[in-house]
Amino acid sequence: MSEDMDDDVAKKFLYVNRKAPYGTIYALESLEVVLIGAAFEQDVSLAFLDDGVYQLIDGQKTTGIGMKNFSPTYKALGDYEVTKLYVEKESLEERGLTVDDLMDIVYEDEDDDWEEKPSIRLVSRAEMAEIMADQDVVLSF
Amino acid sequence: MKLAVLVNEGPYTHQASDSAYQFTKAALEKGHEIFRVFFYHDGVNNGTRFTVPPQDDRNLQVLWSELAAKYNLDLTVCIAAAQRRGILDEGEMKRHGKDGNNIAPGFRISGLGQLIEAGIKSERLVTFGD
Repeated sequence: MSEDMDDDVAKKFLYVNRKAPYGTIYALESLEVVLIGAAFEQDVSLAFLDDGVYQLIDGQKTTGIGMKNFSPTYKALGDYEVTKLYVEKESLEERGLTVDDLMDIVYEDEDDDWEEKPSIRLVSRAEMAEIMADQDVVLSF
Repeated sequence: MKLAVLVNEGPYTHQASDSAYQFTKAALEKGHEIFRVFFYHDGVNNGTRFTVPPQDDRNLQVLWSELAAKYNLDLTVCIAAAQRRGILDEGEMKRHGKDGNNIAPGFRISGLGQLIEAGIKSERLVTFGD
């Protein structure tokens, strides 16, 4: 890349989520970056691996721990044109989970008559490595 | 090369802030440009001037402030993360009716957009943290 690169060309941003949702603040503050970042019209993807897959578990209830349940925000990401949520298959399997345990997260495809499509894309660890290698900016939380 | 640095951990508990400081200093000494150092998560705690570490230990806040003064470095603290953790400048102090502020010299408080902009405008964004 040159010093005078064209700022108008969208960069590929990948937000890597590796931690469970409530034990630390990383997941919540990662989501805050994603929401702010959406206004910059870059090519945004999210990756969920290791304990990060727990962020997408369906039916989260947090009243017992006195913390805000922010999981509904993931379902709203489509409205921010954040439509690529890559979930690592091996991370699910290592935790006894399947994609059926995850929230139903969809977006409306403007290129396909606003048809609802799933945002979650199950990928292998090898495919995840390729996705990461393809990015311009990787933010890991 | 034009670089941006993201610091995600506070001083002393993690080495992240030390490593980020050493990296930033070395890059500047080699003639690279640091577009911005952005402090997020507990990293915002690097920006309080109220830390008093033992005298025989390094004072990370002072080191950052001195580096900023020497190289006109942009040290930006995320406002949302700062508010959660009690890092305030004079404006935020007045806005929230608090009785003091603690932002260190050379640091400024701004929004998360500054992190995204750093990612867009820099050739590499280097993250320090867990």
